Amino acid sequence: MAIEVDSVSKRFGTFEALHGVSLTVTDGALTALLGPSGSGKSTLLRVIAGLEAPDTGSVRIGGQEMTDAPARSRGVGFVFQHYAPFKHMTVRNNIAFGLSVRKRAKAEIDERVAELLKLVRLDGLAGRYPSQLSGGQLQRMALARALAVRPKVLLLDEPFGALDANVRAELREWLRRLHDEIHVTTIFVTHDQEEAMEVAEQIVVMNAGRIEQTGTPRELYEHPISEFVMSFIGPVNRIGNAYLRPHDVQIVPEPGGNTTEALVKRVVHLGFEVRVQLTLPDGREISAQVTRAAAHELELAEGQILTVRLPAARVFTPASEPVAPAPSTL
Amino acid sequence: MSASQPATLETPSPVSVLGRGAAAGRRRGEGALAGRLTLRALALGYLALLLVAPVGMVFYRTFEHGLDAVWNAVSASNAQHAFWLSLEIAAIAVPLNTAFGIGAALLLERGRFRGRAALGVLIDLPFAISPVVVGLTLVLVYGKAGWLGGWLADNGLSVIFSVPGMVMATAVVSLPFVARETMPVLRELGTDAEQAAATLGATAWQTFWRVTLPAIRWGVVYGVVLTSARALGEFGAVSIVSGRIEGQTQTLPLYVQDRFENFDGTGAYAAAVVLALLALGTLLAMNLLTRRARERGAR
Repeated sequence: MAIEVDSVSKRFGTFEALHGVSLTVTDGALTALLGPSGSGKSTLLRVIAGLEAPDTGSVRIGGQEMTDAPARSRGVGFVFQHYAPFKHMTVRNNIAFGLSVRKRAKAEIDERVAELLKLVRLDGLAGRYPSQLSGGQLQRMALARALAVRPKVLLLDEPFGALDANVRAELREWLRRLHDEIHVTTIFVTHDQEEAMEVAEQIVVMNAGRIEQTGTPRELYEHPISEFVMSFIGPVNRIGNAYLRPHDVQIVPEPGGNTTEALVKRVVHLGFEVRVQLTLPDGREISAQVTRAAAHELELAEGQILTVRLPAARVFTPASEPVAPAPSTL
Repeated sequence: MSASQPATLETPSPVSVLGRGAAAGRRRGEGALAGRLTLRALALGYLALLLVAPVGMVFYRTFEHGLDAVWNAVSASNAQHAFWLSLEIAAIAVPLNTAFGIGAALLLERGRFRGRAALGVLIDLPFAISPVVVGLTLVLVYGKAGWLGGWLADNGLSVIFSVPGMVMATAVVSLPFVARETMPVLRELGTDAEQAAATLGATAWQTFWRVTLPAIRWGVVYGVVLTSARALGEFGAVSIVSGRIEGQTQTLPLYVQDRFENFDGTGAYAAAVVLALLALGTLLAMNLLTRRARERGAR
């Protein structure tokens, strides 16, 4: 179901966590709330779930006014950052919790739990306790528990934050596929731009309690509307007021046109891509990104002098920055 | 152990510590060992002098004149009455304080309200006030001449010099245990699991019974054990409010005192042994429970 957040503000003491945030998420979308810590993304998620009450503003889920509804009657599934398992219950009873507090028939509960155990690939571990599960398994148990009650929307707070890098990659891929299968409106919070770009269909970039920009991963990367978005989504070179992606720095054979000399300070091989740290004649440092083949052809080595072209960089004028956050539609 | 000859503390001299290689190292090791042994001897000696020897003496004195004498002492009708009265009072005061303690712990750890700090101080107050003073304050309020006592007497309720007053006195002196044992467990538990239960559709009541209470149960159990031990052993406060009427308002600790004052050594010691066994039983029960908790936790 669609989620509509309208000019929500939330203050904790003197700290303004959310500042007039408005957001619409369409039915069935997979959305990432992306931002640095303290940007208000988790607070926004908790306001939608009913775990925090906004000071002002309103929340609607599936067209229904939910601002003052308690968390338990909002029909949201929430996955906590540290999974919040019920440690004294088995995996089965954890997953069955939402159904058993609704006093569903035992047969119905058993059937649904079996279905979910299969969906999250925990069949065979139903009798275990949370202390006997790995991080990734706990994560999937928490997800199954949230999905058991067939929530209208699924909210995940830093779902992969506490996992090993390879388990993370696997779970991201899996969440993506799960969403394709069950089509529940999903919002997840992350501070990792790569994770947001890989998993989400739409990204909401947040900064200091405000929404900076919303869009598809590609829109955000190619048309960032602010300095913050540009530097948060992907690596960036700053040259005065101008911003330039490392892969836009061109290494050319001959001087001519808009070129300059650059000293190779460091060459970092990252598999397919090679990152080159360069020092310009005026002492400024920039980084360039080339393919492995290109690096090989240029025989890149530290101490080498290259000719580089810096194509038109993106300039954000300070005046254009504090745009009033218009209700963004996804 | 002889007090006149304290164990010598083998402190390595500075020279040997600064001195050469292995010898110095070994001597330092010996010094540490001696230090550990000394500490152990001090701790055990302290316990022996304060606890083991006196309790042992009570057992010895009790059975000095044979089992028949003990049996006669504990089966005396006043002794029997005192025993059951002590259990009755504990059976009322302990559940009351358990319910109150859990409620207070939840309020103090989960609530955000004015006067939270004041409530915390109030709960600790019974630890700070002498039990005798607790007894006196109850008499002041609920005694015949007291603030509420007159009205209570007019309605046919006697509190002081009867069981209700003794339950109250016992409840006051054992008030803090459950709350204080439960609070750290609640704090450590955090609110995530409770919030998860809420998003899954549980009411506050369901969340408490199904999520919070099972998670804090060992803290509560520990508090209940301490409360029970205190309730069974309470002397001062109960002594004041009970009037110490033989066969009527005499609890087991009061009975021990009474026998002792009447030069009935066997009677006093036998009742004291019963009290000690009650306490021992409570502690054993707690040990078994916590061991089971640890085994479950390790799973």
